[in-house]
Amino acid sequence: MDATAMPDLLLELFSEEIPARMQRRAAEDLKKLVTDALVERGFLYEGAKAFATPRRLALHVAGLPVKGQDVREERKGPRVGSPEAAIQGFLKGAGLSSIEQAKIESDSKKGEFYVAIIEKPGRSTPDVLAEILPAIVKTFPWPKSMRWGAASREPGSLRWVRPLHSIVCTFGPETEDPEVVRFDVDGIGSSDVTKGHRFLAPDEIRVKRFDDYAPALERAKVVIDTDRRKDMILHDAKDLAFAQGLELVEDEGLLEEVAGLVEWPVVLMGSFDEAFLDIPPEVIRTTIRANQKCFVLRDPNTGKLANKFLLTSNLIASDGGKTIVGGNERVVRARLSDANFFWKTDQQVKLEDRLEKLKAIVFHEKLGTQYERVERIAALSKELAPIVGADPELAERAARLAKADLVTEMVGEFPELQGLMGRYYATMQGEHASVAAAIEEHYKPLGPSDRVPTDPVSVAVALADKIDTLVGFWWIGETPTGSKDPFALRRSALGIIRLLLEKNIRLSLHQAIVSHLLRAVGADAKRQKKFEDAFILFRESKTSFEPVNAVISGFTRQLIFKSAGRIINDNDQLSDLSSDVQTRLLNSLDDINFYFKLVADPEFHKRGYEGDDSIQQELLATAEKGRALIVEHGSEIATDLLSFFADRLKVYLRDQGARHDLIDAVFALEGQDDLLMIVRRVEALGRFLDTEDGRNLLAGYRRAANILRIEEKKDGRAYDEAPDLQIVNDQGQIEEKALAVVLDGAKREAAAAVEAEDFEGAMRALSRLRQPVDAFFDKVTVNAEDSALRANRLRLLNSIREATRTVADFSRIEG
Amino acid sequence: MTSEPAHMNPACSFQGLILTLQRYWAEQGCVILQPYDMEVGAGTFHPATTLRALGPKSWRAAYVQPSRRPKDGRYGENPNRLQHYYQFQVILKPNPPNLQELYLGSLKAIGIDTALHDIRFVEDDWESPTLGAWGLGWECWCDGMEVSQFTYFQQVAGFECSPVAGELTYGLERLAMYLQGVESIYDLNFNGLDGVEKVTYGDVFLQAEQEYSRHNFEHADTEMLFRHFRDAEAACRKYLEAGEPKADANDQRHLMALPAYDQCIKASHMFNLLDARGVISVTERQSYILRVRELAKACGAAWLKTEGGGVAA
Repeated sequence: MDATAMPDLLLELFSEEIPARMQRRAAEDLKKLVTDALVERGFLYEGAKAFATPRRLALHVAGLPVKGQDVREERKGPRVGSPEAAIQGFLKGAGLSSIEQAKIESDSKKGEFYVAIIEKPGRSTPDVLAEILPAIVKTFPWPKSMRWGAASREPGSLRWVRPLHSIVCTFGPETEDPEVVRFDVDGIGSSDVTKGHRFLAPDEIRVKRFDDYAPALERAKVVIDTDRRKDMILHDAKDLAFAQGLELVEDEGLLEEVAGLVEWPVVLMGSFDEAFLDIPPEVIRTTIRANQKCFVLRDPNTGKLANKFLLTSNLIASDGGKTIVGGNERVVRARLSDANFFWKTDQQVKLEDRLEKLKAIVFHEKLGTQYERVERIAALSKELAPIVGADPELAERAARLAKADLVTEMVGEFPELQGLMGRYYATMQGEHASVAAAIEEHYKPLGPSDRVPTDPVSVAVALADKIDTLVGFWWIGETPTGSKDPFALRRSALGIIRLLLEKNIRLSLHQAIVSHLLRAVGADAKRQKKFEDAFILFRESKTSFEPVNAVISGFTRQLIFKSAGRIINDNDQLSDLSSDVQTRLLNSLDDINFYFKLVADPEFHKRGYEGDDSIQQELLATAEKGRALIVEHGSEIATDLLSFFADRLKVYLRDQGARHDLIDAVFALEGQDDLLMIVRRVEALGRFLDTEDGRNLLAGYRRAANILRIEEKKDGRAYDEAPDLQIVNDQGQIEEKALAVVLDGAKREAAAAVEAEDFEGAMRALSRLRQPVDAFFDKVTVNAEDSALRANRLRLLNSIREATRTVADFSRIEG
Repeated sequence: MTSEPAHMNPACSFQGLILTLQRYWAEQGCVILQPYDMEVGAGTFHPATTLRALGPKSWRAAYVQPSRRPKDGRYGENPNRLQHYYQFQVILKPNPPNLQELYLGSLKAIGIDTALHDIRFVEDDWESPTLGAWGLGWECWCDGMEVSQFTYFQQVAGFECSPVAGELTYGLERLAMYLQGVESIYDLNFNGLDGVEKVTYGDVFLQAEQEYSRHNFEHADTEMLFRHFRDAEAACRKYLEAGEPKADANDQRHLMALPAYDQCIKASHMFNLLDARGVISVTERQSYILRVRELAKACGAAWLKTEGGGVAA
C-alpha cells in the first residue's frame, strides 16, 4: 500500500487545566507509550507527534497499517492411517473440521503424514488500539494524579492529573471518513467530538483526522503546538517592545511556563509607576516574574529596565484587553509596593544587627543555626584569607555578613535573591566593595558552568562556606549515596575544586578539614537536649562510645548525666564549690552542648569561671582530651572526605579530557591533599608518559613489578630492603652496577624535585632510569644461582618500584 | 451585570458580594450555613467542610467564614493584609462534573464577564499539615489576580476522600476590592450606601485590626495559651475516648466526634496565637503541628463512625 494512503491515528485526551510544568513531558510520554505498544504488537508507523495545551494532550500517529500482518502457520500432524483418536486430536488442535482440509506430505523418516495450514488473519488496527489505549490512560505516569466525582466512591477509580472529560480517537486513511475507535475508560467513551477554547469557542467540534483536527482547533482559538504558542508569544512580545523602542528581557523558563497557561496567547503591554524603578532591577524582574508570570523590558540604549511589562492573556477581549491590562497593572502595582516597602525597610537595619536573628534559623538539626554557621565560616574565612591573598579582616567581615540577608524581608519573600540583596544592602551601608561583592559571590560557583569569583575576599568566603558544608555533613554522617545528594554536597565539592584550580590556590585539604571539624563539632550537639542523643550521634558518626566516656570524666561527666535527667545524687565534688559557682555551672550546662562547646572553643573553659582556677584547669584538661579525640576521629573523616574529593576531581578532570588512571596513580601516594599540586603532577605525568622514555620506563617498571610479584610470592617474603651495594660491587655485572648507581641518584633527584614541586624535573630524573633499566633486563639474569645475589637483584628491582613511587603509583597506570 | 440596588450589588457593596454568592450557590442546591462559632484559620476548618468531606454521604454547603490568622496582623497599616478576614467557602461532594463551569457561573453572577476578563486556572496544590489533608487544584486568576482557590480534596484527616469533594474558597476582600476598584481594604464600601449612610470596611474593622494586632503580637497571655493548648488537646482525647463505642455494644457509632473536633480547632488556634507571639521555636513548631494533626486524624476517624460519617443508625 502506498504510504500516503495509509491510515492515521488521532487521539485527544481532554481534561481540566493541566499544570504547565507537566505538559511537555506528558505529551512525550503519551507518544512513547502508544507507539511502543503498537510496535510491540508488530504495528510499524511512519511518524508520530504529540501535543499539549492546558486542556488537552493530543497524539497523531501517521502511516499505520489497516490491520496487523496475517500469520500463516503449518502444523505437522499424525501419520496417515493413525488411530482415529490421534486424527481427531489433531483436527481439534488445528481448528479443522475434517481431515480433507489437511495436506498430506511425506519424508523419509516419518513416511506420509498430515499437515494443517493455519491462517491467522492480522487483527484490525482499531481493535488493537481499542485494547491498548484504555490501559495507557489508566496507568499514565503523571507526577501527581487525582480522583474525582461520583466515580471516586469506588476504589480503583480512574486517576488523571485533573478531571478527564472526553476522548477523541479516530483511525482511517486520508481518502475516506475515518472511523471512531470505540473504547471506554471508567465511563468516558471515545468519540470524534472535542471542544475549542474555553471562552472564545466553547462549542463542540466534530473532527475527522489530524489534518482537519489541528485547523479546526485553530479556528476554535486553540493552538495545539506548545512551540508554536511560544513562537507567537515571543514574536508578539518583541513586536510590542520594539514599537515602544524597548527590548524584551528574554526568559526561556518563563516563556515555556506561560505557553503552558494559554490555548490562544494574546500578549498585552502594561506599565507601572516610574518611581518603582528605584528598586533594584533584579527585584522588579523577580517580583513580576514569580507572582505575575510577566516579562520585563529594557531600554536597549541604557540597558536599564523600563516601567513596562508584558503579560500573556488567554483571551481576545471584547474591549481589546483594556480591562485585563488594568487588572494586571493593579496587581503589579501592589506587588511592587510590597517590594518597595521591603527594600526601604530592609535598609533601616544594618546587616550586622540582623545576625541575632540568624539564631532562630536552623541550618540543620545536627549542625546548629545559621548564626553558628556564620561564626564558623567567619573563623575559617579569616584562616584561609592569607592563603588566597585576601585581607583576613575583610574576609572575616564578609563572612560575618554573608548570611544576614536571609532575615531581610526581601529575601524572605524571594529566596532566590539571597546574596544579591546582601550585596545591595552592604553597599548602601558603606561596606568595602570586596565585602559587598563577597556577600553575593560566596555562593558561587553554583555548578560546572557558573562563574568562579575573582576577588580574593569572595574566594576566601566561597571556600569557607563550602568547606563548612562538607565538613559538617561528613561529621554527622549525611554523605551522598548513589543518586541521593539532598544537600548538594557534590556541587559544593566541585565548587571547591574549581576555586582551587582556577585560582591556583595551594591548600592542604586534610589540615583544613580537621581544623574546621573542631568548629563544626561545637554546633553539632547544640540541638541535642539529651545525653542519649549525643551518644547516638557519636555511634552514628563511627566513633565508639568508650573513648567519649573516658573523656567525660570527673564532675563534667556527672553534670552531663544530670542534664540527661539521670540525677546522680552524689554531688561531693560539686558541694566543694560555692553555691554561686554551682548554679552557674548547672545553668551553662543545661545539656551535652557544654561538653562540645568546651571542646570546640579554646577559650570556653574560662567563660563564667573567672577566678576559679581549679575549675578552669579541670575544664581545660577535659577539653584537651576531647580535642585529641576529635582530631583522631577527624582524621578518619578527613580521609573519607578526601576520597570524595578525589572522585569529584576525577569526574571534573575527565570532563576536561584527563586520564582517570593517572589521577588514581597520584592519589594512591600518601598524603595527597593539595588538589592544585595533584593536578600539576597528573599533567606532568601525562606528558612524561607520552615520551618514549616514559613509555619504556613504564614497561621496565612493569617487568620489575611482575618479577617481584612472582618471586616474592614464591619465596613468601618481600624484598623491600635497600640493595646491598657491597654485593653489587663484588658480584654484580656491569649493567647492574650501572643501574644501582643511577637508581640512587635518580631517586634522590626525583624526590628533591618533587619536594620543590618541580614535577617536570622529577620526571626528567626518572627518565634517566630508562637506559640502565633496559640494559639490566637485557643482560642480567635476576634468578641467579647464588641466592644472595638473586635476593639482592630482587631488591634492586624493588628500588625501581620505589623510585617511581616518588612521582606516582605506576601500578595504577593503565594502557 | 446585576441590576440589584447598591446595598445588594456586588460591584458596590461588600455585603452585596456575600449575598450574591450565597444566592448563587443556594440555587446550586447548597445549604447556606452560617459561620462556625469558633476561631478558625480558614473556612476549611468548619466541620461542614473538614468532617463532611469524609464518608460516603453526598453534601453541598456554602457559607462565609471569618478567618483568623494572628500572624498576618499589620496594625491596620497594610492595605492588603488582615489578621481577621472573610472567606466564602463552597463544598460539593461528590464534585459535579461541571464544577469549573459552576464556578465560572458564580463569577458571572458577581459581575465578572468572561468576554472582558482573563480567567485562568493556575496549578496550586493544596495541603494542610495541621488537618492531615491535601488536594489538587488551582488558584483561579482574574486578570493576573488570585481570586479563589479551587481544590479537589483527596485526603482529609489522613483518610482518603471517597467520594472526592470539590472545594472553592473565595477571598472576599480581595475580590471586592477589584469589583469596587479600591486600593485599600479599608476603603471598601461595606453597605453600598453613599454620604453619611456609607459604612466602609475600615469603619467596621480598622479598630479591631489595630487592637488584635497588639493582642496577637504583644499581649496575648502565652502562659495561658500554652495551658489552653494542653487543655484542648487533653479534652479532645477525653471526649474521643468517652464517645468511643463499647466493644460489646450493638450500636457501634461514635457518640462525640463533633465536640472532640471543637477542641482540635481550639488547639489549632492556640498554636496560631503562640506562633504569632514568637514563642514557638522552629523545631517545636513542627511538633505542635503534628500534635494538632494527630487530633484531627483521631476526630476524622471518630466522625467516620457516626451517622454523618456514613454509619447506619
